[in-house]
Amino acid sequence: MKKPEHPFRFVTVSYITRIGNQVATNLGELRDGLEMCSDASIFYHTFQSLSRYHFLTEGFSNEFAQWVLAALNSPMLAEQLAAPDIRAYLTLSDLRTDLLSITDQYCRSHPEETGRLAFEPFYFLESIEVTTPHTWEAWTLEEFRHWLEHISNESFHYHFLVSRLRSGLRTNDFSLWFENELGLKSLAQLTNRIDVYTNTLEGARAILNTFIDRELAA
Amino acid sequence: MTLTKPDTHVISLDAYVPLLGAPEIDELRVLAAQLSGRTVQMVNSTAMGGGVAEILNRLIPLMQELGLRPRWDVITGGEDFFEVTKAFHNALHGGPYQARKENFEVFLATNEMNRQRLQFDCEFTVIHDPQPLALIEARTRQEGHWLWRCHIDLSKPNAEVWGFLRPFVYRYDGALFSSPEFARQLPIPQYLSYPCIDPLSEKNVDLDPAVIQEVVERFGIDPSRPIITQISRFDRLKDPIGVVRAYKIVRRYMDCQLVLAGGSADDDPEGEIVLEEVRREAKEDPDIHLLNLPPWSATEINALQRASTIIVQKSLREGFGLTVTEALWKKKPVVASSVGGIPAQVIHKHTGLLVHSVEGAAYQIRYLLSNPALAQKLGEQGHDHVRENFLITTNVKRYITIFLHSMQHS
Repeated sequence: MKKPEHPFRFVTVSYITRIGNQVATNLGELRDGLEMCSDASIFYHTFQSLSRYHFLTEGFSNEFAQWVLAALNSPMLAEQLAAPDIRAYLTLSDLRTDLLSITDQYCRSHPEETGRLAFEPFYFLESIEVTTPHTWEAWTLEEFRHWLEHISNESFHYHFLVSRLRSGLRTNDFSLWFENELGLKSLAQLTNRIDVYTNTLEGARAILNTFIDRELAA
Repeated sequence: MTLTKPDTHVISLDAYVPLLGAPEIDELRVLAAQLSGRTVQMVNSTAMGGGVAEILNRLIPLMQELGLRPRWDVITGGEDFFEVTKAFHNALHGGPYQARKENFEVFLATNEMNRQRLQFDCEFTVIHDPQPLALIEARTRQEGHWLWRCHIDLSKPNAEVWGFLRPFVYRYDGALFSSPEFARQLPIPQYLSYPCIDPLSEKNVDLDPAVIQEVVERFGIDPSRPIITQISRFDRLKDPIGVVRAYKIVRRYMDCQLVLAGGSADDDPEGEIVLEEVRREAKEDPDIHLLNLPPWSATEINALQRASTIIVQKSLREGFGLTVTEALWKKKPVVASSVGGIPAQVIHKHTGLLVHSVEGAAYQIRYLLSNPALAQKLGEQGHDHVRENFLITTNVKRYITIFLHSMQHS
């Protein structure tokens, strides 16, 4: 393990939700909304919903898919919309393109469903992110392990998932620091493979702690 | 009416650590540290009674503990003012209203009297609900941040009343609504701010099993058989008759009891009529328990919710539905109508089951009674959902985040 040139600096994050003016009451309007809504709205209903509902570890991926299932009763489209893994996306624009393409294709092949009224409307909401640097910083893996226990789920989610949108890299803040600053490539890779879809954020953090403990014991 | 100094309850943030974990509370402190010493003014129309006062009673001491300098002012007014604002309230919910010029004059004169009586020198001013809305007149320069927190459903307002109030709303820096469904198209930013419950309040705090048993037995309910419960005042919009009909369908297939527990109907003639209608529908079924509870029954409601096998909320219209929040917090499986703020809480098949009819409610109740493992899982996930999104601590965090965002963008 090499000595880092830069510490890992933890960030506190908090979100407020802005109510937009877009509403979908049927599938066609969802498709239009996906095309027109802001990036902040795509973020809210995908990346951030994974944090808000992290305790759902079975069958929940994003709010678009959930609405299609619960309000439109279209399980096939719901499954397709649930399939994109947000970890594969480095921009919200790419994620929007895929969600829109899935919805558009479904609408074309099921035109009779596009105008069917949903049980309840879908409101396009937006996330507003407010970050605050922590005074907590880690110069060693032991210190990192210590502070990791102290951060909130939102902060963990910010470093572990949202980081991709900031860095434009298919990795997370933790893995980047492990590899670039500590020279721990294997730990970085293991960390990046932790599945947030089948784990709660607490569960994902516990797995990361196990990897770190193993590294420290080696 | 005179100014009432709110009687704030002192519960330390540390008391929430066992429920939420130390990291969540620590980060709340980190966020709030940036607002240390900043002044906040909350203004509403009542110090006691009602959900807003209940929330402010908790919010103010928590903000104080976090280093902010909050102040809570309650507007005063004569009976004529409160009659007008009550009529406005009903009209904003979509009820019919014949507005008279003098009603608007009373509203404006009382707001003006309060503008002169109160001080408005805080960095953040939050005006709650329509009654003190015109206090925005106190903002003579673009100083400070003024927010309007609207706790009511504005989705179908009476055009004349809304037309009168709307110009005041436009002068705020932002508006907060309890559900996107309740918001209007406005030229100012609108934020989502869910209502919340306090897990340490009498209605939600953990109870000794002996207390639960005592309450259940006092009401003649058999704790050894399944209990289906709806907690709601006796109001047609809560569809108590629909609940009785759903129960009767369930009873064709399985043994269970029904508890309909609501607030006192003594001062509500319509409530008394609805209660009588429900009695007729119940047809003296000994397993249907209609409990007309007085307002001071928080522990009884808490116990009834905790004793229940399934909680139902079969409303035809609903605000946010805090009884659902309370049930989810107690890890109860919930079967609820997909109306108002309920879908935000009951994520279908994840934190409960949404229904659209009496038959649907009956089917889902049977399904849960037959699948206790699923019922338990829904209850546990519902509890987690409330912990993450609908507690008083989240409410404090939301205000702090909005204040920080306002500061950064002013």
